[in-house]
Amino acid sequence: MQVTMTVNGTEYTREIEARMLLVHFLRDVLSLTGTHWGCDTSNCGVCVVWLDGEPVKSCTVLAAMAGGHEVRTVEGLANGAELDPIQEGFRQCHGLQCGFCTPGMLMTCRALLDKNPDPTEGEIREAISGQICRCTGYSSIVRSVQWTAAHEAAAAAASKEEAVAP
Amino acid sequence: MQVPAPFEYERATSVDQAIGLLERLGSSARLVAGGHSLLPMMKLRLANFEYLIDINDLHAELGYIRLSDDEVRIGAMTRHRELLESDVLAGVFPIFSDAEKVIADPIVRNRGTLGGSLCQADPSEDLSAVCTTLDASCVIRGPGGSERVVTMEEFHVGPYETAVADNEILTEIRIPRKNFKVGSAYAKVERRAGDWAVVSAGAAVWLDQGRIVDARVGLAAVGPNTTGIPEISAALRGHEPDESLYELAGAIAARSCDPATDTRGSADYKRHLADELTRRTLRRAVERARS
Ligand SMILES: Cc1cc2nc3c(=O)[nH]c(=O)nc-3n(C[C@H](O)[C@H](O)[C@H](O)COP(=O)(O)OP(=O)(O)OC[C@H]3O[C@@H](n4cnc5c(N)ncnc54)[C@H](O)[C@@H]3O)c2cc1C
Ligand code: FES
Ligand code: FES
Repeated sequence: MQVTMTVNGTEYTREIEARMLLVHFLRDVLSLTGTHWGCDTSNCGVCVVWLDGEPVKSCTVLAAMAGGHEVRTVEGLANGAELDPIQEGFRQCHGLQCGFCTPGMLMTCRALLDKNPDPTEGEIREAISGQICRCTGYSSIVRSVQWTAAHEAAAAAASKEEAVAP
Repeated sequence: MQVPAPFEYERATSVDQAIGLLERLGSSARLVAGGHSLLPMMKLRLANFEYLIDINDLHAELGYIRLSDDEVRIGAMTRHRELLESDVLAGVFPIFSDAEKVIADPIVRNRGTLGGSLCQADPSEDLSAVCTTLDASCVIRGPGGSERVVTMEEFHVGPYETAVADNEILTEIRIPRKNFKVGSAYAKVERRAGDWAVVSAGAAVWLDQGRIVDARVGLAAVGPNTTGIPEISAALRGHEPDESLYELAGAIAARSCDPATDTRGSADYKRHLADELTRRTLRRAVERARS
């Protein structure tokens, strides 16, 4: 069957088998291998991407179901050479070691901050509770999100000040 | 790599068109809502269908929570996240937010639906226990616009089996509202965050001038399907709620259920949980009804 979807702002049309999962479509058909694939059972969260702005586990969504919809992957986070603040946060606060869980974590945490720019530690832990990191033990991931929230709040305040300055 | 066996994919554009497709394709076809129960089963070859009919586009038609004086109506495509985030629902039946907080994880909750949860008919399914507790009924639509309404007891025919026929679709659940003070609560024991229940219990109480006019308890993961326990309702009606009454209800719950010993725990342990969780949720439901 033919499927058309927008991924990171670009529209793709491909001939696929109806049974193809979104994670395999992204990795194997579009070669967007930033999205990882681990447990296959909707438990580990390394395959998290956005579908119409909401994080989903792409190992449990058919590519066909994403047809006509908008997908955003970790490749869509950075703006050219400029990292998204959430990526910078993970870099600053050692939010990753091996990096395997990182693409999914980044997508979930970006979505969290977009909805809730100042989350509590509990809210951060709840947001990533469907994702497994075998390396960093979550504390540094939580700190990375807190760093990003503070950084974005400061940047917003600075740009406001600039706007009112003569 | 786990992928489902080959199938054909169709997208439904309206409830009646979905029923038309089901009629034409028969038992070789299956609806897919959130897909978070069906796709894992198909990956594991526990289920195989020649056609999947995607009903996600029906969210506009079947994704809603509507409140009137005498009932709450919830569309089958309402997602877990929407149930969790609804202040209207939490205001009347906080049991929903109690339960949703412990169903899977936030990302799975973005996809899974109320209809999918009930139609999956997994004996450990949390929303089935919630709906049983609240004495919900299920609206099932079939060919030619025909509609029938069944109770939760009639809806669950057996494990993974419901009253919905091959050419029908669950469209809505309806929860009656009574003109009394109501409180409800849900509690679950799980092995780790977001896991299926070892045992869970829901309770709802309706109070009039301090006395229980009705009370219901629903349990999950302790038998072939989620169970409502009429004996508890009978024992509680007419009494003023207190600890001894919760104790009595817990004892009835423990002996009325039929848990199996498995990797989640022994049957004895699960009976103990059914007892304890029944007491806790009743206590909480009464507190809420009084406040
Ligand atoms: C990692 C993980 C953890 C989970 N943990 C829990 C948990 O703790 N507690 C819990 O209760 N659930 C849990 N679930 C299940 C989750 O809630 C599912 O989303 C839900 O059970 C099924 O909903 P769905 O919309 O995804 O249904 P689908 O998988 O799309 O469908 C399930 C079945 O229902 C049928 N169906 C769907 N909609 C209709 C309809 N309107 N009319 C007729 N038939 C229909 C389908 O044909 C299929 O047979 C978990 C799932 C995962 C992946
Ligand atoms: S690969 Fe999708 S959740 Fe693990
Ligand atoms: S950084 Fe290695 S799994 Fe999370």
